[in-house]
Amino acid sequence: MRGLSKIAWKMLVRERAKFSILVFALGFCTLLIVQQASIFCGLMFWTTANLRNFNAPIWVVDQQVEDPNATVALRNIEVERVRSVSGVGWAYPLFLGNLSARLSNGQQQTVQMVGIDATSLVGRPMQMRSGRVEDLRLPDAVIVDRQVETFFSRKGVTLRIGSLFEINDRRAQVVGFCDTAASFAGQPCVFSTFDRALDYAPPQRTQLSAILVAPSPGVSTGELVTRINRLKGLHAIERDAFFWQTIRFYVETSGIPISFGTVVVLGVVVGIAVAGQTFYLFVNDNLRYLAALKAMGATNGRLAMMVASQAANVGFLGFGLGSGVAALFGFGALKDPDFPFILPWLVIAFAAAITVFICLVSGAIAFRRIATIEPATVFK
Amino acid sequence: MSSSHNQSDTSATSGACAVRASGVEKSFGSGDSKVSVLRGVDMETRLGELVLLMGPSGCGKTTLISALCGTLNIDAGRIELLGRDLASFGASERVRFRGQHVGFVFQQFNLIPTLSAMENVSIPCLLTGGSDREAEERAGHWLDAVGLGSHIDSFPREMSGGQQQRVAIARALVHEPDLLICDEPTAALDTSTGRTVMELLKTVATRPNRSVIIVTHDQRIEGYADRIIEMEDGRIRASRAAHPASVAGGTSISGPPT
Repeated sequence: MRGLSKIAWKMLVRERAKFSILVFALGFCTLLIVQQASIFCGLMFWTTANLRNFNAPIWVVDQQVEDPNATVALRNIEVERVRSVSGVGWAYPLFLGNLSARLSNGQQQTVQMVGIDATSLVGRPMQMRSGRVEDLRLPDAVIVDRQVETFFSRKGVTLRIGSLFEINDRRAQVVGFCDTAASFAGQPCVFSTFDRALDYAPPQRTQLSAILVAPSPGVSTGELVTRINRLKGLHAIERDAFFWQTIRFYVETSGIPISFGTVVVLGVVVGIAVAGQTFYLFVNDNLRYLAALKAMGATNGRLAMMVASQAANVGFLGFGLGSGVAALFGFGALKDPDFPFILPWLVIAFAAAITVFICLVSGAIAFRRIATIEPATVFK
Repeated sequence: MSSSHNQSDTSATSGACAVRASGVEKSFGSGDSKVSVLRGVDMETRLGELVLLMGPSGCGKTTLISALCGTLNIDAGRIELLGRDLASFGASERVRFRGQHVGFVFQQFNLIPTLSAMENVSIPCLLTGGSDREAEERAGHWLDAVGLGSHIDSFPREMSGGQQQRVAIARALVHEPDLLICDEPTAALDTSTGRTVMELLKTVATRPNRSVIIVTHDQRIEGYADRIIEMEDGRIRASRAAHPASVAGGTSISGPPT
């Protein structure tokens, strides 16, 4: 900093109370925006857990399906129809359903049953913590995720490899433990083979939730999606497109954006109110001196530049403080995988833009007062 | 810096006209509540002279100096500042011209309380486009000149009224203005401090290429002036040469080379 900007900065910094209020107001506002937006992003990311848990480049679902957490069952024969499409490398069935598990102590727990193809094991857990995924082929075998362990433990049952429980009155034996991505509904996942999952589930005419598909070498996923979509009644979609479609679905249909948006708007309002008022007070308290500066040859443009410099520097500090605290919060939050927190650069950019906006409004409020000062008042 | 501007924009030579006002009128309010404060003021000051503008409270002294330096628009008449008609300037141009050519000493000092003496004094240099280093050098020089070389880092609250007014004088002179306007510079000071300030203005501020106008109703300082202009009811009542200065032995503070 140099020249009048430096002078303006010193004038503000040395009014410690007002300076602190300004920095903390902007810091608090930034913290609110970054922290709440990051939690919102984390929650939205969680809605796509199924897409990330059962990794496949293409998902084929019923045409009515808008997100992978609420599938509409297809006929089992649809797997063969998809396999018949030219360019399909592989296509395997996936079962997803919420079933009731009964623990050894008699307590009940709803779980998400995942049925994957027994031969290929496509859709297998991404990360095994103990046991072998191949053991799913054993009779009554299931692999459970950490959430199952946690939920069962809360109800007094500690699971180990070999532990038994029931799903819809059918025997299930734990052969392994895995990690899955945290999901929006927070339901624990129990993996089984597709056929056995159908046995666990109540009988229905159609039970196929989705078909996981990959293209043959040399065929693009986009091209294959187009070809599969020519089949009547099926909707093929690339995983990335499904990812964003899912997030869009939750943004549009849930009240989550309104809830988080309200907090962000409140943060902006508080930021403008406190920063604007403090800036105004600062100018008001220094009116005599600013009038003297005008008499001494400071144009409105020069004074506007001084105010802009003050606002920019305070904004920078406030933004740094707020985003820093939010990042620290995030570091803490990330130690707990069950806490939704994602801090993408867009959130930082958004918070920076909001901070700039608040500084502009606050600076404008202050400058309006300066612009109306008559330099002649300094002689009165 | 301003000194170069002075020489290029104006013909600043001793004895030349610094300020000329002719038929200046100014009133405030409107209708029945209209009050005429200046009623056809004609006056002139020359470079190199120290002029006291005197008169009772409410006679229009402050309004007149506000108009003379271009901080107040007049209703009628003409004001020439260093040979330039103020009416010929645009608003911003007038502010810049004032910044380059006019220095101010206010009754209440108007030093920014959160800035040190050095920082306060450097402001006019920065306003006229000087660099930080240049502004600091000049500010340090002028603080030395007014006897406050050891107070450059002091804040106004840490200084006496007299010291603050000396800082204000340094601030008014740091950019080498052609016209120095002082509004009741001794009114907030006791007699002894007021005398010190006047001696300082006489010895440090007065230059062949500078006109000093001091608004006052303090008759004790008449002896410092070259000329006294008396105002009454918005008009110039008299303009007379002052008696020989009774301040020959003023302070030994010397100004910077000009």
